[in-house]
Amino acid sequence: MNYKMIGRFISQILAVEAVFLLPPTMLALLERDFGALHAFLITLAIALALSAGLRLLCRGAKRGFYALEGLFCVGIGWVAMGLVGCLPFCLSGQIPRFIDAFFEIVSGFTTTGASIVPEVERLTRSILYWRSFSHWIGGMGVLVFLLAIVPAGSSGFTMHLMRAESPGPNVGKLVPKMRQTAKILYFMYVFLTVLDFLFLIAGKMSVFDAICTAFGTAGTGGFGVRNDSIAGYSPYLQNVCTVFMLLFGVNFSCYYLIFLRQLRSVFEDEELRLYFGLVVGSTLLIVWNLRGFYSTLGETVRHAAFQVASIITTTGFATTDFDMWPSLSKTILLCLMLIGACAGSTGGGIKCARALLLFKSLRRNIRRTMQPQKVQVVRINERVIDEQIVDNTNSYLAAYVIIMIVSFILISRDGFSTGTNISAVFACFNNIGPGLEQVGPACNYSMYGDFSKLVLIFDMLAGRLEIFPILALFSRGTWISR
Amino acid sequence: MKIIVAGDGKVGSTLTRLLTAEGHDLTVIDIDSHVLDRSVERYDVMAVQGNSASMKVLQQAGTEDADLLIAVTNADEVNLLCCMTAHGMNRKLHTIARIRTPEYLEQTYMMRDIFALSLTVNPEKRAALEIERLLRYPGFLKRDTFAKGRAEIVELRVENGSAICDRPLHQLSDLLKCRILVCAAVRNGSSVTPDGNFVLRAGDRIFVTAPTDTIATLLKNLGIVTRPVSRVIIFGGGRISYYLAEKLQKSGIRVQIIEPDRERCVKLASLLPKTDVVCGDARDEALLDSEGIDTCDAVVSCTGLDELNMVLSLYAKEHGVPQIITKVGRIETTSVLGTLPIGSIVCPKDLSCTAIVRYVRAMQNQSGAAVTIHSIAEGQAQALEFHVDGSARHCGEPLKDIKIKANTLICSITHGAETIIPNGDSQFNVGDIVVVVTNGDFAPLQFNDIFA
Repeated sequence: MNYKMIGRFISQILAVEAVFLLPPTMLALLERDFGALHAFLITLAIALALSAGLRLLCRGAKRGFYALEGLFCVGIGWVAMGLVGCLPFCLSGQIPRFIDAFFEIVSGFTTTGASIVPEVERLTRSILYWRSFSHWIGGMGVLVFLLAIVPAGSSGFTMHLMRAESPGPNVGKLVPKMRQTAKILYFMYVFLTVLDFLFLIAGKMSVFDAICTAFGTAGTGGFGVRNDSIAGYSPYLQNVCTVFMLLFGVNFSCYYLIFLRQLRSVFEDEELRLYFGLVVGSTLLIVWNLRGFYSTLGETVRHAAFQVASIITTTGFATTDFDMWPSLSKTILLCLMLIGACAGSTGGGIKCARALLLFKSLRRNIRRTMQPQKVQVVRINERVIDEQIVDNTNSYLAAYVIIMIVSFILISRDGFSTGTNISAVFACFNNIGPGLEQVGPACNYSMYGDFSKLVLIFDMLAGRLEIFPILALFSRGTWISR
Repeated sequence: MKIIVAGDGKVGSTLTRLLTAEGHDLTVIDIDSHVLDRSVERYDVMAVQGNSASMKVLQQAGTEDADLLIAVTNADEVNLLCCMTAHGMNRKLHTIARIRTPEYLEQTYMMRDIFALSLTVNPEKRAALEIERLLRYPGFLKRDTFAKGRAEIVELRVENGSAICDRPLHQLSDLLKCRILVCAAVRNGSSVTPDGNFVLRAGDRIFVTAPTDTIATLLKNLGIVTRPVSRVIIFGGGRISYYLAEKLQKSGIRVQIIEPDRERCVKLASLLPKTDVVCGDARDEALLDSEGIDTCDAVVSCTGLDELNMVLSLYAKEHGVPQIITKVGRIETTSVLGTLPIGSIVCPKDLSCTAIVRYVRAMQNQSGAAVTIHSIAEGQAQALEFHVDGSARHCGEPLKDIKIKANTLICSITHGAETIIPNGDSQFNVGDIVVVVTNGDFAPLQFNDIFA
């Protein structure tokens, strides 16, 4: 295990976090919000000191960075980011308890959007900004950002970082150079975020709200700046959010293909078809199920589409309390929570690509039992999928189910209803945010005990980093040097 | 530059390492996705899985806007088809193919326009040429030629009891009665940049820069017998052995090839009338003795097995063969090999890679860029050749006034036909060829990079 090299990366991650802390610090200064300013300045100092200290400790790192180091680095890096990032919340006294602040910022970085703050509007603007900005940072990933700005030489070890941080069963590059790939990804990310912001501004949203909402949408996070999430905004703004949530749930390599004018391969992409098919299908079903629930058909469609987009992209904004919906609609939403957005997007969940792969391999295996002699392969987009990837996806699903069941059992100690607990685990593990019943869109997670919060924090991290980096932290093999 | 490497085998992966280190955008094609996974994890490259001669795969790899295609799959036919197809898709594309079948060599040269080849590389032929060059000047472990053959960097092993053993470097020029410069030394497997007070110890390997015309003097004064080689035993009857024997028999050297496979022996014997082809196992001690290993001038171990080659060379050393050359195909950990007394090591893979990298550098054609790069001292140091042009700084200034980066040494300056080993008063001018040796991670790709 190359601890020094990992230390260097952690040091760089903290330095990047310090840079990201600057905008809210400036905001606190402008607003003369001295409590928050104080908290931000202390956090900045701590982040920089830790970064410099680690840098000094990890001088003269040897080469050699492999899959295990990549997983470990990403796992540790995200935990470290959360531990430092939560300081402004507790130091400013706005979220006084450390565990609550940690929950909140991990929920931010993992783009979950599950909150323990009962009255969001009581937080000051710089704190709100940091909370929403954490979504944007976590959406594309801080290590991908690091790869875009730090020259890493000609070695391929950066692939281990990218694989560990980026969602999807089969992470690849867009262009031969990792740095260039990371730059292209961030360029598209920034471009879409700015576009979203402009559309929101055009709908007469205030600049601050538009920035925070754009961050929440871009990272598919879901922290709002109002208690009622997006419900208080005009129908136009809600529709803008629907469209942009869906756009951020698309695999970013599709945008690159559009840029390369390979429209055909985008249209024929099976994952994308499944994704939009699910969105349209579930919206229609919910609209049918909700007849008579709202006054007009237009309103029904708007709410249904918004909620479907919000859940499938694992954003977690809400325009209405969908916990009041009939149970078929709620069940559909719960299923969408599991599937999630496309691989290579900022969304969470199992991912459409994996769902597709699992479905196809299941169908293949069933056919194989019927016709054992027939040789069959799994294909997606006309390409044969390597059995290794099919295998990995199957074990991913197994790990996913096991973690979910164990978390469900662990948080059930707190004595809330089964629906609450199941949906809380679903919502945290898939990085959505609001669940059903007592953790529904109109409620929050503050009632859970500290231990349950820790379990949910673990779930959020495991969900965002696709399980293995976080599991690697708990594996004995990681800690004994090789 | 955008480069596509078709075939991710021994040569392909070495090229990937060298070319990514120079900052090129690489796409690697191979039929085996596991091999590709390994490359993607080690180097900053993109991988495309599929048959590299197929148009669809080449399209995926971005042939349309690539600058160079290097076809190094294990089949010559695939390499040729790959180059032809790719060139059909992109007329501006340069193509390099590895062709190793001797029967194809002539036609690929004559029909290089039809096959759309910019360069063909034959690793075995290159290896044979390299071995032949080493045999011509016995005593050196390795020779790298610079400045159109006017300057050399030769590798020597300091033997116990040799004239230069236990002497500091500043005495060497007087001892050997010619001006030479020790530009790098390897002691216990790690490379050092020596200064004048560095004392040579037995077992050190030193890299010496000298003008080509002083090489003979150097050898004589070192006490190394320069008796011309007249009888060579070659272990293994592969392609390298064939090319080498053909070359050697032309210059009147007696060659014995020992090869276990009878059919191959018959073929070699029919191709090489003047060569003794012996059918037998080189591991058989009695056979070696009967073939006269004690009295031959040189032994070349080039069977297909690296381990066997090493053992055979060790055996030859024990029997006092004056010059030994060992072919190594796969083993990457050459630092271990350097400590064994197995003579010169020739690696066909590295030779072809060097040739290809040289072509790539020439293609870039940047002013002031290094023309050739040779890696010496187990890759821990590099010797670079620069052609001084108008963009170079410090032209015409004495070297003692120029600040040069640490671990960097100007080893030779070739002005017209004359090569000098520079001292503090020497200077370089536009049109000169300068050889620079650097030690460590920093690789100056531009001449001006060497100045502090």
